[in-house]
Amino acid sequence: MNNPPDISQDPSEHEEYAHNVQKHVRGYLMVGALLLSFTAITVALSYVNFGTPKANIAVAMLVATLKAGLVAAIFMHLAAEKRLIYRILIFTGFFVLGLFWLIFLAWYDYPVFR
Amino acid sequence: MDASTSVEPHHDPHPPSHGSGAAGEHHELGWWRKYVFSTDHKVIGIQYGFTGLIFLFFGFSLMMLMRWQLAYPGQALPVIGKLLPHIFGAGTMPDGKMTPDFYNSLGAMHGTIMVFLGIVPLAFAAFGNFVVPLQIGAPDMAFPKVNMASYWAVFVGGIIMLTSFFVPGGAAKSGWTSYVPLAGIADTGPGYNPVFNGQTLWLIGFIFLITSSLLGAINFIATIIQLRAKGLTWMRLPFFVWAQFVTAFLLLLAFPPLEAGIIMQLMDRVAATSFFMPAGLVVNGAAMQISGGGSPLLWQHLFWFLAHPEVYVLILPGMGIVAEILANNSRKPLWGYKSLVFSVLTIGFLSFIVWAHHMWLTGMGSTVSAFFQTTTLIISIPSVIILSAFFISLWGGSIRFTVPMLFTTAFLPMFGIGGLTGIPLAFNSADLYLHDTYYVIAHFHYIVAPGTIFALFAGIYYWFPKATGRKMNEFWGRVHFWPTLVCMNAIFLPMFLQGMLGMHRRWYDGGQGWTLSSEHVWGLTGFQWNTPISWAAWTMGLAQIPFIINFFWSIKHGEKVNDNPWEATTLEWTAPSPPPHGNFVTTPIAYRGPYEYSLPGRDRDFTMQNEPVEPTERRRRKAVEQPVLV
Amino acid sequence: MEIPYTVSTRPDTGLWNAKVGIWLFLASEVMLFGGLFSAYIFLRLDAPPGMWPHGLLNVPVGTMNTAILILSSVTVVLAWAALKMRRYRAYWWYMLATILCGVIFLTVKLVYEWPQKFDHFGAYIKPDALGKYEPYLGNKHAAERGLPPRLEITGHLHNRAALNNPNIKEYEVALDPLNADPTNPAMDRPHFFYVPPTNKIATIEKADVERATMFLPTHSAYFASYFTITGLHGMHVLGGVLVFIYMWLPVSKKLYQRNPEHLANRVEVSGLFWHFVDLIWIFVFPLFYLL
Repeated sequence: MNNPPDISQDPSEHEEYAHNVQKHVRGYLMVGALLLSFTAITVALSYVNFGTPKANIAVAMLVATLKAGLVAAIFMHLAAEKRLIYRILIFTGFFVLGLFWLIFLAWYDYPVFR
Repeated sequence: MDASTSVEPHHDPHPPSHGSGAAGEHHELGWWRKYVFSTDHKVIGIQYGFTGLIFLFFGFSLMMLMRWQLAYPGQALPVIGKLLPHIFGAGTMPDGKMTPDFYNSLGAMHGTIMVFLGIVPLAFAAFGNFVVPLQIGAPDMAFPKVNMASYWAVFVGGIIMLTSFFVPGGAAKSGWTSYVPLAGIADTGPGYNPVFNGQTLWLIGFIFLITSSLLGAINFIATIIQLRAKGLTWMRLPFFVWAQFVTAFLLLLAFPPLEAGIIMQLMDRVAATSFFMPAGLVVNGAAMQISGGGSPLLWQHLFWFLAHPEVYVLILPGMGIVAEILANNSRKPLWGYKSLVFSVLTIGFLSFIVWAHHMWLTGMGSTVSAFFQTTTLIISIPSVIILSAFFISLWGGSIRFTVPMLFTTAFLPMFGIGGLTGIPLAFNSADLYLHDTYYVIAHFHYIVAPGTIFALFAGIYYWFPKATGRKMNEFWGRVHFWPTLVCMNAIFLPMFLQGMLGMHRRWYDGGQGWTLSSEHVWGLTGFQWNTPISWAAWTMGLAQIPFIINFFWSIKHGEKVNDNPWEATTLEWTAPSPPPHGNFVTTPIAYRGPYEYSLPGRDRDFTMQNEPVEPTERRRRKAVEQPVLV
Repeated sequence: MEIPYTVSTRPDTGLWNAKVGIWLFLASEVMLFGGLFSAYIFLRLDAPPGMWPHGLLNVPVGTMNTAILILSSVTVVLAWAALKMRRYRAYWWYMLATILCGVIFLTVKLVYEWPQKFDHFGAYIKPDALGKYEPYLGNKHAAERGLPPRLEITGHLHNRAALNNPNIKEYEVALDPLNADPTNPAMDRPHFFYVPPTNKIATIEKADVERATMFLPTHSAYFASYFTITGLHGMHVLGGVLVFIYMWLPVSKKLYQRNPEHLANRVEVSGLFWHFVDLIWIFVFPLFYLL
């Protein structure tokens, strides 16, 4: 799903442009509905026993990631963004991973986990 | 991302007369908007510069006080010692003798102020603000209002840090690293205000400093990406701009985790949480009423996740300044421009995955240690490449020993000493012995004091004509340089010896520790070296007087110079001195690389970036260059 | 003087300045919340068995707040689309809806959720006194069911004075449903709907209590991270609402008349921030309310 193009300066083309944006609006509404239903699904799933608490966490995080992905891709237009933005985000993603690796490091002197 | 020379002239669908910015040009701004709450990058740069210089001197003064205690432990400080209790409170220096708490405050605040209020505002923000938009041919920063906000955030943060000296109990005293749980319980209990105490104010002040750095970093990156002049492609950027670009990324991505840590430590102190407080802490014989379960190690990780990239935040702008001045004063292109750029990018990337080498003593497992030792050693490679390229740039140049060049040439060996002495610290087996000794102090001070600060002095002397239209005095510049160079080495060289003898960096007075380091080196014990070091420090304080006088005197009375007094090539020298609001008379276009010195077949030995490439020049350059290459 | 590329895009990057700026800012925000979430994961993994509470937050209210934030994300993107189509009236209404959603979210948080927690009481029982309070804890039942041990008695504190007065030797607690009827299998899992404390009152001697606090940040690592993360998130929501109010006020109408694309850009950028705040909440909600 691409982003609406920049508005045309030519008034005669404006009608067509507005129509184009209108199509996107329908998409946004659908994504909104999808997000709401995913929220309901997360809540419902948390009352289903998947065996271990870990499995429940994994399922909930999976749904959350899906929702976050929808928000990022459609609402934040990441589905079709310029290369520069992706580059910044790839770097950031890498360093966030480093940050989460920190948890493991902070544990490391606890004999229990060796 | 490659902006080629074929950049289209941008056609704005909305003519400038409709923009909000245009209205400001018609009426003259008032004094307050022009000099205090200015959005002009040059004014903000100068504001940052003054702030940074003042804090640098203040931080240095704190250290000069500490040096008295180290040289003459337990003795009353003459004259000043009588004054200080009136300023900092009676408990700090009763009868002119320094209390341990005050010594700790001075140490912690020296580190904090020097790093976050001295060098970052000066090296990154001041030089970045003033020089970067000029060097890339931009009329201003991308977000002028954000720029102003970033200055005022650092201002407020600095005021909060200063205020903390005057609250009951004095300023933070847990070191600039604020390791928990010590920092978590410091300045609490009877006699301390729950919020207005040293450590809590340190944290609150820090949030402002972080905010400032983040806003600044965003602004710099956006400016460099978006506002480069036509034709100024990435590989035509002056090295200084590259250095600032990488620095900004380091600040942008490394500071927020520390901000998270600061928020958590603030919660630990104000809301009695236990993010960093382990269970079972007993303070003054009573068990602490907290839930426990936190990890002190988590703080160290979050802190060093910032603080190692921060080391490069301190040095990279300095390297950038050095590169500019080296090329200019050796009248030669910078050697290995591309390798410099890729080295600085590599440093930026690697600096995020070396942080735990500050934490060998926490007893990390051998796998993790091995990983961090490896990355630490790898990161020395690009540093060595940069330093080597600088040295090679000097080779065969016709060097002009101007004052900026003096500081620059001094930077090279000083940074070299600082860098090479860091290698033993990268191995955890060696570091177990050297950790937290004066060896470490000497190592990183060689990088930031005679390293970065020399580069900063060089930069001030170098860009002073651009900011004021006048040159600083050469003679007094030399009077400033030589004693500073001698004293710097007299201060820090003996510290390597002291450290190897086992002197710990946080000792307030010798006691048992000092007798341990009583071995004789060059006729003096490690302890006795403190006296000459202190005298050198105070002498260095005096050596800054010529600089201060020269600086202020030259603003009004310095020798008037033209727009390009150093005969440099980069775009900032095409603007008038001082540059007007909007910087350039005609929007500059870059036609060539940043360091086109001594082009053959030209009557001048420098060719500015905005000089078009003539068709004859191409042929001639090839003809001359090819035999050299073969 | 005009800064280039504030409204139009730079040809080689295809972006205008603020778009680069906001993404850089969001990158730093990712790192900020990344630091906090990694601390959360660490504390949670590190918590001894029974020390990480479950089911203490009001799930329906949390779900409603999630829905409100998602709704506001939709309205803000619609507001932006309306501006792109040059329909200011529609923009104005969508913006108002967004602002209202943000205000409702904050109000629910600050007026309902947080104060209810501040009013709730919990007492961790010393290990050697656990047997004495077995009727309230039901640890045997929990062990049979393979549930984590129950170390805390929660509910509504009747004698608030006991918190600070050392002369009062016990806490009188109107028990939460779990502690009132610990062996009931219905209590093994958290309830969906919030059930208020029962009328059953237990007397807990202070000598048997390891730590007793209201549900404040100091209560446990769980509440520490809950209040810190939702507090910081709330400050982001507040910031977003303030920015939106500015863009909704007549000041922005003037900008719209002068240069509609400029206003559209501003709305897009602040919308990006708003979506990010929503995105953070998408993770906060299950981590604190459900799991």
